[in-house]
Amino acid sequence: MPAGTLYRGREGMWSWVAHRVTGVLIFFFLFVHVLDTALVRVSPEAYDDVVATYKTPLVALLEYGLVAAILFHALNGLRVIAVDFWSKGPRYQKQMLWTVVGIWVVLMVGALYPVLGHAVREVFGS
Amino acid sequence: MSTDTTVEKSGGSGVGPVEDVALYDVDHPAPLIEAPRKRTSKTPRATRGNFEMAAWLFMRLSGVVLVVLVITHLLIQLVLDGGVSKIGFAFVAGRWASPFWQVWDLLMLWLAMLHGANGLRTVINDYAERPNTRLWLKGLLYTATVFTILLGTLVIFTFDPNIR
Ligand code: HEM
Ligand code: HEM
Repeated sequence: MPAGTLYRGREGMWSWVAHRVTGVLIFFFLFVHVLDTALVRVSPEAYDDVVATYKTPLVALLEYGLVAAILFHALNGLRVIAVDFWSKGPRYQKQMLWTVVGIWVVLMVGALYPVLGHAVREVFGS
Repeated sequence: MSTDTTVEKSGGSGVGPVEDVALYDVDHPAPLIEAPRKRTSKTPRATRGNFEMAAWLFMRLSGVVLVVLVITHLLIQLVLDGGVSKIGFAFVAGRWASPFWQVWDLLMLWLAMLHGANGLRTVINDYAERPNTRLWLKGLLYTATVFTILLGTLVIFTFDPNIR
């Protein structure tokens, strides 16, 4: 990594890339999500049929990924806001990024059982 | 204004060592270059619209509110009370029986869609370089955004637990 380039290839750039990728993914999910929720206006059966796919093990894995994306985007978004509005924000941006990553890891471990528990039970039998 | 008008021999100024002479002196002053963004009599009162600034601010304000709205939503839908397994028509009917959660979902829908759409507008501006591509991508983005917001709003307001 070329020394002297302050931004390129370092934490600041990669957190920006991750923020952008997660933001775009969440937007696409939301589009589909409003469409599937709209099925409550069609019939209870139509809605329940589609929601059934949300309960399959494979989709549970996608839900875990969505939670990962939201949590990162939310926590890093707060960091971006702190960098912009807090007078000492720019100085602590790197420490704040590692705080974000730390909280994110803890929350993702906490989400393992609630989000994936039922999928594991289904795949490996009660 | 600095009074030192000799050009450095090399380095710094980016001027090579060839110009080993003073280009300017007291009798031949360097041309004056207006400071960037300096306001002159010709500058209009507003030098730019406020739209981009408003959008920038909106991203931050909506972001703070969305943290609460979306993370609570995920907690309710995926973690509490049996996680996804409990979701179904009856569950939604129970939730939208309360105006509180109707307003909650409405606010979440509008803020998340506008925040996401504005974010995507930035992304399109960054990567789509041909004017035509930009036009089409943004047209598609705005159409999808308006459609989704209207559909979601309609669904919340016209929800009927006794649909049959
Ligand atoms: C996999 C995770 C998710 C599940 C299982 C889920 C489930 C649901 C359910 C059951 C509803 C019906 C109304 C209610 O109960 O409040 C709903 C509505 C809604 N959800 Fe989610 N949700 C998830 C993720 C998200 C995310 C990440 C967002 C925001 C980015 C979001 C935004 C919304 C909105 C805006 C509505 C209202 C839709 C409308 O107006 O028709 N949801 N969700
Ligand atoms: C959960 C709370 C959220 C927070 C705190 C948050 C915060 C932010 C902030 C501060 C920015 C501006 C970044 C910048 O100007 O450099 C941003 C950008 C963005 N957000 Fe969010 N956001 C949240 C939720 C969402 C949701 C639900 C979506 C999708 C519907 C979304 C999609 C985007 C996109 C696409 C961008 C543009 C990324 C870029 O230009 O690189 N965000 N977010």
